[in-house]
Amino acid sequence: MRYLTARKRAEGKGASHTGTEHHWKMQVSAAGLAVLVPTFVFLFGSTIGGTYEEVTADLTSPFLVILTALVLVVGMQHFAQGCKMAIEDYTQGSLRKGLIMLVFGLSYAITATGLFALAKLAL
Amino acid sequence: MAETKRVVERPLSPHLQIYRPQLTSITSILTRITGNALIVAAFLIVWWLLAASSGPEYFATANAVVTGWFGDLVLSLSVWALWYHYFAGLRHLYFDAGKGLEVQTAETLGWVIIIGSVCMTLFTLIVI
Repeated sequence: MRYLTARKRAEGKGASHTGTEHHWKMQVSAAGLAVLVPTFVFLFGSTIGGTYEEVTADLTSPFLVILTALVLVVGMQHFAQGCKMAIEDYTQGSLRKGLIMLVFGLSYAITATGLFALAKLAL
Repeated sequence: MAETKRVVERPLSPHLQIYRPQLTSITSILTRITGNALIVAAFLIVWWLLAASSGPEYFATANAVVTGWFGDLVLSLSVWALWYHYFAGLRHLYFDAGKGLEVQTAETLGWVIIIGSVCMTLFTLIVI
């Protein structure tokens, strides 16, 4: 006799193999970005185009730096998860795995680089 | 033995090549395209930030690209992509809540996304 419940046998057998976890992650990050992005676009957008002195002065503001860091972290996670979904839709096998690794690596690299630059500018 | 051949009428998946483009399908596909395309702007802006944190010389190089014709083109298109993806994302959350799924409402929401994103893009480009 196998000590498996009906639920346990069914888990992971759907098309995504993961249940609704991915979808939920996207909803949570989407809701977060829905709040962050409009403020970010107008605040950060007016920083671009300034001189070196203006830009470095703007990027010492705690509000702008924290907001930019949040958009960067949440946005890149949202991108990586969304891009993963697209890759899973169109590719299979090793190519799929490779592309997902590449996208997550790129997302982490962009996040880390951005956070480093923000910290250096702000402190 | 009576063998009757049963012809099973299975539904065919939509063949994209001959599928009539609809507002709902086009706006959905554009959501994915704009979302993925925004990586270019993210890359450009993070590079610009890194340059600003490195010093005036490197900043001058990056700033020339970001505020030059190439940067202007990429960032202006990205502003539209961002607003498009923003409104489409809100629609997605609305759909996920099980609302607005009637064909008429869904098509109206499609137009809201298109018109809203263009208006917000123009507004953003004028303000900043």
